Amino acid sequence: MGTSYTTPTNPDWGREPIERTEIMWITIAFAWCLFMFGWMVSWHWIGNQNMRNEAYRTTPEAYAQKLADQQTKYTIRNDVASGEPVVAPPPGGDVYIAGMQWQWRPILELQKGKSYRVHISSLDVDHGFSLQPENINFQAYPGYEQVITMTPNKAGTYAILCGEYCGGGDTAGHQTMLGRIYVKE
Amino acid sequence: MTTIAMSDFRVDPVSGLKIHNQANTLVKANAFAAVVFLMIGGFFGLGVALTRMPEVQLLKPEMFYLFLTAHGIVALMVWIIFFEMAVLYFVGAHLLNSRIATPRWAWAQFWLMVIGALMTFVAIMQGNSSVMMTSYPPLEAAPHFYLGLILFAVGALIGCFVFLGTLVIAKEEKTYGEGSLPLVTFGGLTACVIAIFTIATGALILIPTFLWRVGLISHIDPMMYRVVWWAFGHSSQQINVVTHISIWYLIAGLVFGAKPMSEKVSRGAFLLYILFLQLGSVHHLLSDPGLSSSWKIFNTSYMIYLAVLASLIHGLTVPGSIEVAQRKKGINTGLFTWLRKAPWGNPVFSAMFLSLIGFGFIGGVTGVVMSVEQINVLIHNTMYLPGHFHGTVVSGTTTAFMAATYYLIPVVFQRKLALAGWAKLQPYIYSLGSFSFSIALMGAGTMGLQRRQADITYAGQALGYQYPELGKAMLSIGEIGGVIMAVGGVMFILIVLASVFGGERIPEGSAPWPKVEDADVVYARSEHKKHIGLFGFEAPGTFVLAMILFATLVLYYFINFKYLSTIWTLS
Repeated sequence: MGTSYTTPTNPDWGREPIERTEIMWITIAFAWCLFMFGWMVSWHWIGNQNMRNEAYRTTPEAYAQKLADQQTKYTIRNDVASGEPVVAPPPGGDVYIAGMQWQWRPILELQKGKSYRVHISSLDVDHGFSLQPENINFQAYPGYEQVITMTPNKAGTYAILCGEYCGGGDTAGHQTMLGRIYVKE
Repeated sequence: MTTIAMSDFRVDPVSGLKIHNQANTLVKANAFAAVVFLMIGGFFGLGVALTRMPEVQLLKPEMFYLFLTAHGIVALMVWIIFFEMAVLYFVGAHLLNSRIATPRWAWAQFWLMVIGALMTFVAIMQGNSSVMMTSYPPLEAAPHFYLGLILFAVGALIGCFVFLGTLVIAKEEKTYGEGSLPLVTFGGLTACVIAIFTIATGALILIPTFLWRVGLISHIDPMMYRVVWWAFGHSSQQINVVTHISIWYLIAGLVFGAKPMSEKVSRGAFLLYILFLQLGSVHHLLSDPGLSSSWKIFNTSYMIYLAVLASLIHGLTVPGSIEVAQRKKGINTGLFTWLRKAPWGNPVFSAMFLSLIGFGFIGGVTGVVMSVEQINVLIHNTMYLPGHFHGTVVSGTTTAFMAATYYLIPVVFQRKLALAGWAKLQPYIYSLGSFSFSIALMGAGTMGLQRRQADITYAGQALGYQYPELGKAMLSIGEIGGVIMAVGGVMFILIVLASVFGGERIPEGSAPWPKVEDADVVYARSEHKKHIGLFGFEAPGTFVLAMILFATLVLYYFINFKYLSTIWTLS
C-alpha cells in the first residue's frame, strides 16, 4: 500500500521506527563525516601541504613593477632554452611570478630544501598556476596577490602550465602558455 | 476554478493518475526541447573528445574553445534545466492528479528559455564568446551571451513558481487526498527551492556582468565574480542531484512498487540538502587567493559534511527500497538474488540503476575527496575535473533522465517505445562510455594534465613540457570512452525521435506499461508472511553494497593524502 510516488499511507509517518539497515548506515556515515571534517582541520598541523591564505590586493601595474625590480636585482644568467633571463632570488625571501597572456614569468631558479615566499598574481585575465610534474595548482587573477611558502623537495626542471582558459588564437594562446622553474641541489 | 472540466483530464490506466492535458503538453514540450539540446550539446562534446585524442586532433585551438564553450552551456545547462522543467511539471501535476497552475505562465517559461538558449548559442557560434561556461571576467563575451543566459534563467524561475502554484492548487483541491506530499514530489519541491536560490544568485552575477559589457559598469572584480558565479554554477548542479535522486525514487516505485524504507529518513535527507548543499559551491574556490581556511573548511565540508551524509543516505535508501520491495514480493533468499532478478533488460530500470552506481562510485566518491581543502591543490583545474563532473552529470543525472524518458514516452506521449532492442542496450553502452571517460580522465588529471587545453603536447614551444606518457595514454583512453558515450547518446536520440514521431500509438485507456503491484499489497496477500531480510536487516544486500562504497571512499581518501604528502612543502 503506497509507493514513493503516492501519499504516505500512514499519515503519522514521522513516528514510524527506522529499520536497522538505515540506522547502522547513518551511524557509520555520520561518524565518517565527522572524521573527514576533523582530518581536514588537523592537516593544518600534522601535514606539510597547506595554504596559509595570505593574500593582498594589488594592481597589474604595481605587480609588474615588482617583477621588474626583482629581475634587475637577481638575474643570474640567460636561459639556454629560451634566451630569457633566469632570476634567482635568495632563499627565505620573496619571489614574484605572474601569469600574463600567454606566459608565466620570470623563469626562476630555486634551491632544493630552501623555503621561498612565492607571490602569484596575474597581469591581465584569470590564469591557473600549475607546477608540473609536481601537480601543484593554484588560481590566479588580476588585482590579487597570493603568497605561498614553497619548499622544493626535489631538484630538477619544472614546468608551469596554465590551468585556466585565458583566451588567445591558434598560434599563441592558452594552450601555449608556459613558464619554468629550475631547482638545483 | 469551476471552469476545469473532466474533459481536460485523462486517466492513466496503469498508475490510475489523472493527467491534465495542458500539463501533459507542457511536459512534452520541455522534454522534447531538452532532447534536442542534448543532441546539440552532445555533438559539440564529440568534437571536444576527437580533438583531445592526440592521434586525431580534429579542431584547431580557436575552434576547440568555441566547441568547449558550446558543449558546456548546451549540455550542462540547457539540456538539463529543460528536462528539469518537465520533471517539475510531471511530479507537480501528474503525480498529484492536479491541473497545472497558470499554463500561460508555463508557456512563458518555455519560450523564454528557448529564446535565451538560442541567443547565447548564437553568440557562441559567432565566435567572439569562447569564454567557457564560466565566463570569468576580465575575459569578454558578446553582451547577448549574458543576456541569453539571463532570459533562460528568468524562464526557469517562472517554471519554479508554476510548480509551486501547482502544489498550492493540488492541496486546496485535495487532488491527492489529505496526507503529505508523495516523497518524489517532496524531492521535486527540494529541487525547486534550491533552484530559486540558484537562479537568483545567477541573476545577481550575470546582470552586472551584462551591464559591464554594455558599458554601464566599469569593472567586475574577478574574485567577487568567482564567489558569486559559483554560488550559481555549483548550486545548479545540486538541482540536478536532487532531481535525479527524485527520479531514482520514482522509478523504484514505478518498476518495483517500492515505497521508501522510511519516509522520515528520506525526507530528512532532502531537508539536509536544502540546509547545507549550497555551501558546497566554495569547492571551486579552494585554491583562490584572499579567502580564509576556516571559511573554506566550513563551507566545503557542507558544515561538517551534512549534505554528503544526505547523499550517502539516499545512496542506501533507494536500492534499499528496491530490495525490500523485491523481498516482499517473494524474492527473499540470499544477499543479492533481488538484484540479480531485477529487470535488467528494461531500460527504465537499467539506466536508473547505472545512474545510481555511476553517481555513487564515480561522481560521489571523487567529489568528496577532491573537495578537501588540501587535496584540491593536486586537482584544481586538471583533467580530473571533467572526469569527476561527467561522473555526476552524465553518469548520474543524464542517465537518470534517460531512464525517466523511457518511462514517460508511453505515459506522456502515448507512444510505444520504438527500436526496443536498441533501448535495451543503450543504457549499457552509454554508461560504459561515461564510466570509462570519467575514470580515465581522473587518472590523466592525477598525472597533471590540465583541462580546457586545445593541445596537450605544447608542440614547438621553447619552454615545452611533456606530460607523463601514462597521463597522455589515459586521456586517449578516456576520449575513446567519450566516443562510446556519443554512440550511446545518438542511440538515445534516435530512439526518442523514432518513438515520438513513429512509435505505435497507445489508444486512450490502454495500458502504457504492464501493471505493477505495490510490494506491500503483494506482501499482505502472501500466505505465510515470513520476516524479510537476513541477520535482522531488511535490506542486507544493500547494506553490503553500501559498505563496499564506504570502503572505496575511505581507501581513496587516504591514497590521495599519501600522494599529497610527497609533493613540495607548502604553507
